[in-house]
Amino acid sequence: MNKLTQLLILIVRRDLVLAMRRRADVLTTLIFFVMVVSLFPLGVGPEMDMLRKMAPGVLWVAALLASMLSLGRLFSADYLDGTLEQMLLAPQSLSVLVLGKMISHWMVSGLPLVLMTPVLGLQFDMSVQAIGVLMLSLLLGTPILSMVGAIGAALTLGLRGGGVLLSLLVLPLCIPVLIFGTGAVQAVSGGLSVSSHLSLLGALLVLALAFTPWVTAQALRISME
Amino acid sequence: MLEISNLACSRGDHRLFSGLSFALHPGQIMQIQGANGSGKTSLLRTLCGFIIPDEGTISWCGENVRDMGEEYFARMMYLGHLNAIKDELSALENLLISAALSGVELKEADAILALRRMGLKGRERLPAKVLSQGQQRRVALARLLVSNAKLWILDEPLAALDVKAVALIQELIAEHLTQQGMVIFTTHQPLDVAGMEMRSLSLS
Repeated sequence: MNKLTQLLILIVRRDLVLAMRRRADVLTTLIFFVMVVSLFPLGVGPEMDMLRKMAPGVLWVAALLASMLSLGRLFSADYLDGTLEQMLLAPQSLSVLVLGKMISHWMVSGLPLVLMTPVLGLQFDMSVQAIGVLMLSLLLGTPILSMVGAIGAALTLGLRGGGVLLSLLVLPLCIPVLIFGTGAVQAVSGGLSVSSHLSLLGALLVLALAFTPWVTAQALRISME
Repeated sequence: MLEISNLACSRGDHRLFSGLSFALHPGQIMQIQGANGSGKTSLLRTLCGFIIPDEGTISWCGENVRDMGEEYFARMMYLGHLNAIKDELSALENLLISAALSGVELKEADAILALRRMGLKGRERLPAKVLSQGQQRRVALARLLVSNAKLWILDEPLAALDVKAVALIQELIAEHLTQQGMVIFTTHQPLDVAGMEMRSLSLS
């Protein structure tokens, strides 16, 4: 097996094992997402038409906020116990290592949200088709949030009040993802084709995959100084 | 061979040291001395490439380490104040993962042997959070046993260790030096390595 793939698998496995042994962190993100989404029908009232229209936006914004919540932990635990120092000194590609951390972060914080979406969609009386497209858009979009967020997390490493700063840095960058993600669901509800929105999301994902690991690696080196 | 020439480093506006030059040849050991805040850790972190020096160059066998990148990292190992140990993982898992990160293929049996030599027999599979401070340090130091790096950069390696462990570290360093390794370290405790000339560098 290729050395880089080996490294990738090593990091993903390590982070998943760590997440499984610290389940509370994973659950808080998911519960936060469920809570925020569930508050809307309660606050707005049971008007089906309005709820159905709001659903994609509410779910997407909640997913955005939930991913911000978990981003702080992406590098900070490793930073505090010195593991990150050792990772920077590893004679292997730091970008691949960072990519591994992004993937595991997504599997722990993004994927559960996607899987939870059908249940939450029902609360908003969404059609099966709309729920399907919403899940697909989240599936394409949440990895971008993890990857773009990682740049912010690396830059704000070790800063006091870094969490808020991180959200201020990253949220504006996530606006395109939000627009295309919700746009896809609105398109399918309006009977239009969703392929343009989803392909743009896919393009953003490829772009993020290509550039964010390297940028994050550089940001980590700056933060370590 | 590690060569430092005319190195200068500052933290904030404060100049820690300047015009620092020395060379470390295979089989040599050097102790960095100085009061608290004199820049010992900063010097070691500069040697690791975490801090970019204000002036001067660090070269390995004649090549600037900044140009070597990962190739240099494969030849050195750094042990800092922080143990780089994950509380949730067992001592064994910690050692296996850090070895894999540094590009060393380590079998589980060898990792267990290394941990036993560090005096952690019977504790290999316990989560690191139930180990004492000194035992966690031993897990971190077990990385020295399984690494094949030429240059060891050790920042206070003896912190939190008991007398027996200190003796063991001295033994390890002596072994490493006889295999043409190089060690550069800081400590506030006396460290005697049998049969080796100890060079020291004072920062003030």
